[in-house]
Amino acid sequence: MSALPHMGAQPAAAADAPVLAIDGLDIRLPAGADRALAVQGASLQLRAGQTLCVVGESGSGKSMIANAIMGLLPGPQVAPVAGRILFQGQDLLQLDEAGLRQLRGSRIGMVFQEPMTALNPVMRIGEQIGEVFDAHLRLPAAEKRQRILAALADVGLPDPALLIDSHPFRLSGGQRQRVMIACAMALEPALLICDEPTTALDVTTQAQILALIRGLQHRRGMAVLFITHDFGVVSEIADQVVVMQTGCIVEAGDVQQVLRAPRNAYTRQLIAAIPQGRARQPVGDAGAPLVLQVQDLCKTHVTGRGLFSRGRRVEAAKDVSFDLRQGQTLGLVGESGSGKSSVGRCLVGLSPFESGRILFKGRSLLSGGPLMRQSGGKIQMVFQDPNASLNPRQKVGAAIAAGPIAQGVPVHEAQARCRELLALVGLGAEAADRWPHEFSGGQRQRICIARALAMQPELLVADEPVSALDVSVQAQVLKLFAEVRQRFQLAMVFITHDLRVAGEMCDHIAVMQRGRVVEHGPAAEVLTNPRHAYTQALINAVPRLAA
Amino acid sequence: MSKAFWRRFCRNKGAVLGLLVLAVALVLVAVGPLLAPNDPWDMVQQPFLAPLQEAGFPMGTDTMGRDIFSGVVRGARISLLIAVVSTAVSLLIGVGIGAVAGYFGGWVDATLMRFTELFQAVPSFALAIVLVAIFQPSVGAIVAAIAIVSWPPVARLVRGEFLSLRQRDFVAAAQLAGLSTPRIILTQVLPNAASPIVVMASLMVATAILLESSLSFLGLGDPNQMSWGYMVGSARTVLRQAWWMAVFPGLAIVLTVLALNLVGEGLNDGLNARADGRSR
Amino acid sequence: MKRLQYMATRVLQGLLALLVIATVNFMLVRAAPGDPVSVMAGEAGASDAQFVAQLRQQFGLDQPVSTQLGRYLAHVVQGDLGFSYRQQQPVLALIAERLPATLLLTGSAFVLSLLFGVALGAIASRRPGSWMDSAITVVALVFYATPLYWLAMMAVLLFTVQLGWLPGFGHMTVGADLHGLARLWDGAQHLLLPALTLALFYMAVYARMTRAAMLEVAQMDFVKTARAKGVAPGRILRAHVLRNALLPVVTLAGIQAGGMIGGAVLTETVFAWPGIGRLMFDALLQRDYNLLLGCFLVTAAMAVLFNLLTDLVYTLVDPRIDLH
Repeated sequence: MSALPHMGAQPAAAADAPVLAIDGLDIRLPAGADRALAVQGASLQLRAGQTLCVVGESGSGKSMIANAIMGLLPGPQVAPVAGRILFQGQDLLQLDEAGLRQLRGSRIGMVFQEPMTALNPVMRIGEQIGEVFDAHLRLPAAEKRQRILAALADVGLPDPALLIDSHPFRLSGGQRQRVMIACAMALEPALLICDEPTTALDVTTQAQILALIRGLQHRRGMAVLFITHDFGVVSEIADQVVVMQTGCIVEAGDVQQVLRAPRNAYTRQLIAAIPQGRARQPVGDAGAPLVLQVQDLCKTHVTGRGLFSRGRRVEAAKDVSFDLRQGQTLGLVGESGSGKSSVGRCLVGLSPFESGRILFKGRSLLSGGPLMRQSGGKIQMVFQDPNASLNPRQKVGAAIAAGPIAQGVPVHEAQARCRELLALVGLGAEAADRWPHEFSGGQRQRICIARALAMQPELLVADEPVSALDVSVQAQVLKLFAEVRQRFQLAMVFITHDLRVAGEMCDHIAVMQRGRVVEHGPAAEVLTNPRHAYTQALINAVPRLAA
Repeated sequence: MSKAFWRRFCRNKGAVLGLLVLAVALVLVAVGPLLAPNDPWDMVQQPFLAPLQEAGFPMGTDTMGRDIFSGVVRGARISLLIAVVSTAVSLLIGVGIGAVAGYFGGWVDATLMRFTELFQAVPSFALAIVLVAIFQPSVGAIVAAIAIVSWPPVARLVRGEFLSLRQRDFVAAAQLAGLSTPRIILTQVLPNAASPIVVMASLMVATAILLESSLSFLGLGDPNQMSWGYMVGSARTVLRQAWWMAVFPGLAIVLTVLALNLVGEGLNDGLNARADGRSR
Repeated sequence: MKRLQYMATRVLQGLLALLVIATVNFMLVRAAPGDPVSVMAGEAGASDAQFVAQLRQQFGLDQPVSTQLGRYLAHVVQGDLGFSYRQQQPVLALIAERLPATLLLTGSAFVLSLLFGVALGAIASRRPGSWMDSAITVVALVFYATPLYWLAMMAVLLFTVQLGWLPGFGHMTVGADLHGLARLWDGAQHLLLPALTLALFYMAVYARMTRAAMLEVAQMDFVKTARAKGVAPGRILRAHVLRNALLPVVTLAGIQAGGMIGGAVLTETVFAWPGIGRLMFDALLQRDYNLLLGCFLVTAAMAVLFNLLTDLVYTLVDPRIDLH
């Protein structure tokens, strides 16, 4: 498996005039938003053959710039109010809709973030690519079909002749993203705008898509504007980088310079927040009591069972085994479909399992609902999406105290415990009287941690607890996990797709692929000396900062 | 939270208008007998009196000389009463079935949904006609018939809501905290499913009024009650001579149903604030 | 292959539904007031106990319920829906006579409501908030709140009594012996008002649904993708928005068709249209329960059939059905 080059891309010979030049752009937001301007005074330049990355967290306005170039800002209230967007010398803000439409798809192409919803579900793939040709050219049917096949082959999709007549639901996320890129590149545009195209994809798929975009850029010599929140990606593909914070550009320049010697404090903070993937030294003595023993756990999903069909059996987890001692953390690492979340849910009793044993403190547990009763609330879980894991109609204090109260703890004692925990996770005791929607994502995750701790658990299962958070917030929440673990001597199972996070948080790592554990060992060993090819592929695919 | 709800509700002008009309209707129900002292069944004037020809008879009289205005005012009471009660019964059945089906899933869901689909396959108005005809027209029979044909859409809505809410992480967290199943349904799931149910309830009252009036039009209304549908029905054969017998009761139905629909839309805007980014 | 399995499942479900409806019908027949034997025996025969017992045995009314159910279902499958004592004819004959008229009325109302409803809803969604959108929305709301029978009566009042443009009674001019084109024209004139009034309520339903669906689909990601490709707005509306928005409308049409068949009772009563609905109304007046329940069974069967047809159409239109 060839490793991606970790050095920044070689800057191609720059043409004289920039393909894209944005000058003092202001974009306003509707009244009542948290600030008046989504983007303020943005200026940047992009030459042919170069890649410019716009980096920022959510709400920084980076996507707004991309949408403004294409004229795709949502609604009349969100609109550019000052500045110029010069594309090949022409000010796009002066063009009317008809003029912009001529450019879209033919001279400027755009790829969006969510591949699963970006294609029309009832239209065939061939027709969706053919639309691009129909919108700008008049081609005879035979030639159009040839060019569609060529476009599909160009983005590395297998069996173009079969794909032309297929519908999007047959394709995976990565494949759909390739189709989007094919649509955007079909007419060989001078500028390709990518709005976080790999954020919703697995790490290995992300690596492939990034390689594809680089390859296309080298062959066609086009300019690429790449929006992302991941500095690792920036390091891999960018020539120039622009950092945005709440609508303003705080740093811009050559990628090597910005990464090595960032001048702005925010940039430094962002770079520092990225988990380095430096493995922890295993903590806790090997003689600590065994909290969890999993032996040959098997879980199968059956989908699509109907009156006539027996349904499909998918083995979500097969023969999964591991041990966990008090005070130690095990990382379950894998991509989507690896079965890691299924194992997590079996451990806490939210899903039943078919065979195998789970022993908690030496006692074998039944599967499913009864497991929760047997464990007496000592196995708790922190979930992935902080927006969905709190009842929007219940106050924070009530949510945290509900568990202990249900166990028979007297009300005032439960409330006291709740206030204590809220202080521990860094939110004041007055947070108990507020509603979940009044808090940010990172704060909500802290509340979820407090809720789990209220039950005084001995085993904590964290299912991708930081995946939905911004990078700077991630670092804070991970720190909280480490503090909590140390203080309460918890055993933790940390489920994640991000090897860097696993390296920082976990003593041992178990890598899962398609339901099986393919590698298991101390974190340092797994990350530096992987034995299985898949682990090696995962490590290679992680976009890492240039050393 | 309720201030935000009222703000969003009042942004919908139609909903505010509907609320006003409903308020007027309720006032009429309350003070009606004072405004229109004549018993609608009494023959008080000459038949076929055109509107505004005699003082005190703004809507004229019908074939038997009965006052139409008092008929419209009294009719409000019976129509709204039947509509509200039948909707309440319908909600009880529908929410019960839908909640159980949606929460427990699996074969429980499959059987209950097959049962619901079977019910929905039958044209509801035809079934209502048959039920009332066979069990003899009375207020009780009408309420029962309307409730029986109206519960399937509620059940499906509630089942859908419960199915999706059931998968949410906060329900899982409540299970992990050791809350019992009835407690989870009542305190975690139901409050979050309440908004669409409330919106649907207002629309169901509107549909119930239409159903009840249609049944009365066909002569299946309670023979002791002067309802709007009955009044329009008795006008059918004498439409040429006395257009006012059909127009006024009909207008009353249209206005009330329209008001309820508008209020329902306002409730929808007010309760489902997706623009705020809140997950309902 | 999966699509065929799905359709086969739906057909079986439809048959099961018909079976259950027939059984319910049977129970309702038995619950109906009045002893059928005394009706049959007539005034004179009712007093003769032996005659009554003989009749009871002849019609199998002394058998246990399950046997009677079996006999009833067997009769139904063979097309025997009982006998109408008031009209002295087999129920099926009466229904068969009236069925085409109802099919004509509901069929044209269905087509009218769907075509105009979808068109108006699509127009309203093009510029949400404009005066055109507000006008269509208000009109839809008003018609949605109007009882079918009242609308029919108002239509008669306006177009027949006041303006005299259209006939308001029956499905053809009685006595006039017309042929060919003149007969078609006469029929069309008689059909217009009933079909239109029946259609208006459902037109409002489809218009609102189409508008809401199109507005929702227009927000979806794949529409943004199409715009980013430079596709012309007309094509985006047709091939992307409308095609996806029609899916829930088709589902709704299937469900509403049952309502339309039931609503035909009201329309046919007002317009004296000689269909099943009118037959049901007459049966109600005469307390002819056999006829009433026979009509109910046929209307329910029609609704189930129609639902099945729309389901099959839906599987052809939505390619994702394969995955279920």
